[in-house]
Amino acid sequence: MIGYILKRLGLALLVALAVSAIAFFLLRMSGDVAIAIAGEGARQEDIELVRRTYGLDRPLVVQYVEWLWNTLRGDFGTSIYFKTDVATLVFAKLPTTLLLGVLSLGFALLVSIPLGVLAAVYANSWIDRLALAIAVVGQALPNFFFALILVMLFSITLRWLPVSGSKTWANFIMPTIALGYYVAPAFMRLIRAGMIEVLSADYIRTARAKGLPTRKVIFKHALRNAVVPVVALTAVQLGFLLGGSVVIETIFALDGLGYLAYQSITFKDFPVMQVIVLMLSVLYVLLTLAADIANAWLDPRIRVA
Amino acid sequence: MRNLIKLTTLAAVSALALSAPAFAGKSDNSVVMAYDQAPESVDPFFNNVRIGVIIGQHVWDTLIYRDPITNDYKGQLAKSWKWVDDRTLEVELREGIKFHNGEEFDADDVVYTLNFVSKPENKVTTQQNVSWIEKAEKVDKHKVRITTKKVFPAAIEYLAGPVVIHPNEYYEKVGPAGQNDKPVGSGPYKVTEYVPGKSIVLETNPDYFADSPKPKPTIGKVEIRFIPDRQTQMAEAISGGVDFIMHVPKDQAEQLEAAPHLQVVSGETMRIVFMQMNSQEGTPAPALKDERVRKAIIHAIDRETMVKEIVGKGSRVLNTICFPSQFGCTDHGAPKYPYDPEKAKSLLAEAGFPNGLELDIVAYRERNQTEAIIGYLQAVGIKANLRFLQYAAMREQIRGNKAMLTHQTWGSFSVNDVSASTPVYFAMGDDDISRDPEVRDALNKGDNSVDPAVRNASYKEALTRIAEKAYAVPLYSLPVYYVATADLDFRAYPDEMPRFWEMTWKK
Repeated sequence: MIGYILKRLGLALLVALAVSAIAFFLLRMSGDVAIAIAGEGARQEDIELVRRTYGLDRPLVVQYVEWLWNTLRGDFGTSIYFKTDVATLVFAKLPTTLLLGVLSLGFALLVSIPLGVLAAVYANSWIDRLALAIAVVGQALPNFFFALILVMLFSITLRWLPVSGSKTWANFIMPTIALGYYVAPAFMRLIRAGMIEVLSADYIRTARAKGLPTRKVIFKHALRNAVVPVVALTAVQLGFLLGGSVVIETIFALDGLGYLAYQSITFKDFPVMQVIVLMLSVLYVLLTLAADIANAWLDPRIRVA
Repeated sequence: MRNLIKLTTLAAVSALALSAPAFAGKSDNSVVMAYDQAPESVDPFFNNVRIGVIIGQHVWDTLIYRDPITNDYKGQLAKSWKWVDDRTLEVELREGIKFHNGEEFDADDVVYTLNFVSKPENKVTTQQNVSWIEKAEKVDKHKVRITTKKVFPAAIEYLAGPVVIHPNEYYEKVGPAGQNDKPVGSGPYKVTEYVPGKSIVLETNPDYFADSPKPKPTIGKVEIRFIPDRQTQMAEAISGGVDFIMHVPKDQAEQLEAAPHLQVVSGETMRIVFMQMNSQEGTPAPALKDERVRKAIIHAIDRETMVKEIVGKGSRVLNTICFPSQFGCTDHGAPKYPYDPEKAKSLLAEAGFPNGLELDIVAYRERNQTEAIIGYLQAVGIKANLRFLQYAAMREQIRGNKAMLTHQTWGSFSVNDVSASTPVYFAMGDDDISRDPEVRDALNKGDNSVDPAVRNASYKEALTRIAEKAYAVPLYSLPVYYVATADLDFRAYPDEMPRFWEMTWKK
């Protein structure tokens, strides 16, 4: 088990490193950072000054290695745009994004587990079709558009919820739904498939034959087993939600990591963007790892592989 | 997608007519404004965004104040000023003014601020606003002398705009970073809460001096929220969550006019729109070296219709590359090229392109306008391929002599003097892609004289030659659309500065 975890950890580190390198070079190839920092109306000498000040005149590889070295030592550098410590900036925004991610995940599970179970129990009935329709819409509708529809309905027509901001809990309702609905279909399909498989298993037939009430058979015996793959998916989807919050946070002006990422890309604030990308990729990789470990623990057959 | 958003907006607006909206600010005398971009720093010297200028003018004061209606200069922190020689400005300061932290305003504040910001090692973001300053010296407690590096008549304009005055003791102690964390100025509003990237709250400065040309505010509190998404801003305006938004696209603003509780105001800005045509040595489009081709391009574009149909109210057609209110800007004597596609075609044929030609056009904003331009060019046989880029990337193309046609805009930093506009593109600087030494010489003469008559004549000579040679296509000025709660009384100015200190709630 320990060996397995160590191997996965090493692999995870390599993935995070590769992601950070790709992000670094992509951002730097998308236009001259010095011109972007100097802004409209800057003269060539201003741009040169910026280039020298930020050390942008050196080869890209040198800059990357330097950044990596500093980061490994815990020095995340200074934001070019906000001119403050990157670590402070990022950690101040992290709680909002984590909260949104967890809430959305909760919402997604809350919707998808009952729907998935119903769809499996009444497979091929109109309930199953309805659940499928909900899933297809959730998967097909871009979340920014769904967010706008929510705003139209709840803020403009009904006036129940504030449009944007992060002042109160009410501000989190629409972002949670918009983000959560996007990942719910995957859970739902997985639970449905798992439940259909489990429900035809021998021990379920035995349970039914014992005369157990249907509710108990479904929730105590079947769901428990069908839910195993969901654990793995949950961890992966949480990582996806954290990354996916860029759009949702921007629409709802939620002051989190996603919004900061959007700003840092807009202003080519690469020290900030680098740290966000690195952090999200490390988080994602760790979550995947946690999922693998949880799976191995839940299902001893995986450990052998 | 656009149509869907339009439809939904329309549906919402019509739904609104049925429901009574709640007004956010009138009851507690506050205004909530939303803006799409957060400033990198609140310190006016360390940001180059519009919202930074807006916050700057509310929280800080400048030595001189330019009346936005008459364009006359008035003393703000300065009582009076005079040029002692071509490069030395003597400024007498007002007495009895206090900064928000209680620090007294005097010559030390001016001297410290100007000397600090003009040193390149202090890395001021807006170098062009301060690089003209050689030094500032204290004469006595209420008198300073400011020396410019070269003869620089536009100094007054800069001292009335971006160059605010910081409290020296506080600034020396906390620096630009501290001034961003807890901003202290002497302006009509003080900062009471600031969450970078999220919102800033301004409240009336009760001790604001009575003689200031900025009147003492009646709106007690101004909250500026940073909302990056345009649709969200509009939804906030419709639902009454915010009272004031600006830079709303024309088509969307026109839809909001249907909402009874909102008002839509548009006004001209100093931002001019023009096209450069790369005719310098080594241009990738040698056809543009031919004056007839350049003239054909100007004749091909129907600027009047563009202004009416897609640019919007407040905009006007320009004939020279400068904003009309800027000192030295004129189109008298400059040839005008009215919309005439037939003439464009015959000019092209004359230049040896009877079957038209193919060119690239680089652009970075107002894409619908670029597309209209491309349509007009197509109609006379010029196939223009659009390369829509980020500003930085476009600028690299232009400075690297890789651009053919450009769709440019320039805001002059709201500086009301030609020295802040035309020379940027025609005095052989990095962005000059026509490079005519005669134009440069005339512009330099205008920039480096303090005699208004000499300056006017020199700029006129340069602008006329640019038009005669058709080095660029002057298009129009850009308007800005504001959407505000109907009860808010405000006025739009060409410098794109909402002045909360003079706004009031309608009775």
